[in-house]
Amino acid sequence: MSHLLLASGDPLYVFGVNLAVFIIAAVKVLVAFGALMGCVTLMIWFERKVISGMQSRIGPNRWGPFGLLQTLADGIKLFFKEDLIPAQADRFTFKLAPYLALVPALITFSIVPVGGTVTVAHHTFLLQVADPPIGILLLLAMSGLSVYGVILAGWSSGSKYPLMSSVRASAQMISYEAALGMTVVTVVLATGSLSTHDIVTSQAHGVWHWNLIRLGIVPFVLFLISITAELNRPPFDVVEAESELVGGFHTEYSSIRFALFFLAEFMNTITMSAVMVTLFFGGPAGYVPNIPHIQWVFPILWFLGKTTLFCFAYVWFRAALPRFRYDQLMDLGWKRLIPLSLAWMLLVAGFIISPAWGFALAALSLVASTFLTRAFDIGLNREAGPDSVLPTVGERPLPPYILRKLTDGDDH
Amino acid sequence: MIAMTTTWPDLIVFIAAAAMAVIGALGIITYRNPVHSALSLILTLLGVAIAFLEQEAHFLAAVQIIVYCGAIVVLFLFVIMFLGVDNKEDISVEPLVAQRPMAYASVVVTMVGILAMLSRGGWSTGAQVATGASPGGAENVQAVGSAVFTTYLFAFEATAALLIIAVVGAVLLARRDRTGESISEGADA
Repeated sequence: MSHLLLASGDPLYVFGVNLAVFIIAAVKVLVAFGALMGCVTLMIWFERKVISGMQSRIGPNRWGPFGLLQTLADGIKLFFKEDLIPAQADRFTFKLAPYLALVPALITFSIVPVGGTVTVAHHTFLLQVADPPIGILLLLAMSGLSVYGVILAGWSSGSKYPLMSSVRASAQMISYEAALGMTVVTVVLATGSLSTHDIVTSQAHGVWHWNLIRLGIVPFVLFLISITAELNRPPFDVVEAESELVGGFHTEYSSIRFALFFLAEFMNTITMSAVMVTLFFGGPAGYVPNIPHIQWVFPILWFLGKTTLFCFAYVWFRAALPRFRYDQLMDLGWKRLIPLSLAWMLLVAGFIISPAWGFALAALSLVASTFLTRAFDIGLNREAGPDSVLPTVGERPLPPYILRKLTDGDDH
Repeated sequence: MIAMTTTWPDLIVFIAAAAMAVIGALGIITYRNPVHSALSLILTLLGVAIAFLEQEAHFLAAVQIIVYCGAIVVLFLFVIMFLGVDNKEDISVEPLVAQRPMAYASVVVTMVGILAMLSRGGWSTGAQVATGASPGGAENVQAVGSAVFTTYLFAFEATAALLIIAVVGAVLLARRDRTGESISEGADA
């Protein structure tokens, strides 16, 4: 039964599992892990260097050429720092949380196709760690699990600001998961398969077949926004807003546990850039020159190039965009992204059946969005009656005079 | 039948998954702290997801993690943190009088049901006789999809409608018009 489970996509497992196959699989895992760790080190350096460039600073420049070894130095420093656990903390959960943040970040990368197929010692295999039948659903499952790292870190710290941060994190990540799932569905509809390998091969025949173009640019934009919110990266980093919450969920963390959170965040950034390339930009697809023996290198280079572009985009976001307010964040998620992604999914589904269905569903979506706009309008301009404390959307939840009563309880 | 369909990796995976599920279930009822109980619930759900994978119900396993681990338990934690009930609760006073006997009764009924099912099916990797053979791999996802949208379309849509109705009802109940008087009285008390 277990060999059937593995035989889904990767040609490596077609003839069953023997020692050679096992070694190749193990090497794939190790290489992916090592490469990801190396990329994280580079990514941290890259982010600091690019941000400093955008802010007219010099940035890290002491360790190694261009400060390349700065991350290594920081890592060693963090290792030897004192490991503090607050007296009020829930010790077990406090220690568990960093690992819960790190593990989903690692697992998600396993479904990303890094290149084409390679043949080593008569064994042909895919350049991706795993190609499970659920494919891209693994991304959704792992992004669902990665919430726990943040939530439990904040709660177990036994401190006020981290707790607020984790309440924000749980609400934010659930909200944006819906839009995220819906955009992934549009990609799956166009491909007809959940497997990431199939998603990439269906886009392999040139730029016009990339999902970016094929689905209209909207799903990509929706995916980019919701994945940034899932990552808690700027401009959606209300979870660790320094000006409001000190440091957010990791305020009480120090030493290597803090480093693990840092690692998870940057690893997630790289992984999500890679997933975006896989879903919308054809993954390793690109021009391959006809040079014998090293043809398999070019898809990998294409993949790395595209992924680097998105890593740069994330750094750029951080430098350029101001942070969202919490209510703006929720408004954007629930009122704009979820209806839009739903409508676009219907549109794509309609056009896959026939143009007539497509246009019918487009008209239907337009009518529905008119109603929705009207509903938002009513909600925004709703007048609260003289005795009513029904909150108006977008303002304080209670009228000011009652709030004053609540906060200055002794004065009246 | 058992000896034919079960290989030793199957057995190891099953034992690990079952141990996760059972240890988690025990944790849920024995931990005093509701957050620890919620964590145990995650362990149980992950164990069940692995068992689904072992049964080649890939899609079900993915949905189990996405929906239950990724959304529902997060909501539990959200409520626990938001209401600040994460200290030790006094459980000597019972708001619902008959709930303990009812709980015992439902445990007995469930156990009898499971045992009755097991007496007809295989033991080690679940009751294939009861559930029917499942196609593995990608066909499994397609089989689930076409079953939900053709054979069981009515039940599927009815469930969706039920969930929407529940959400709308909850919003309606939570956002009833209250007068300013009752709020300020509540603050004084």
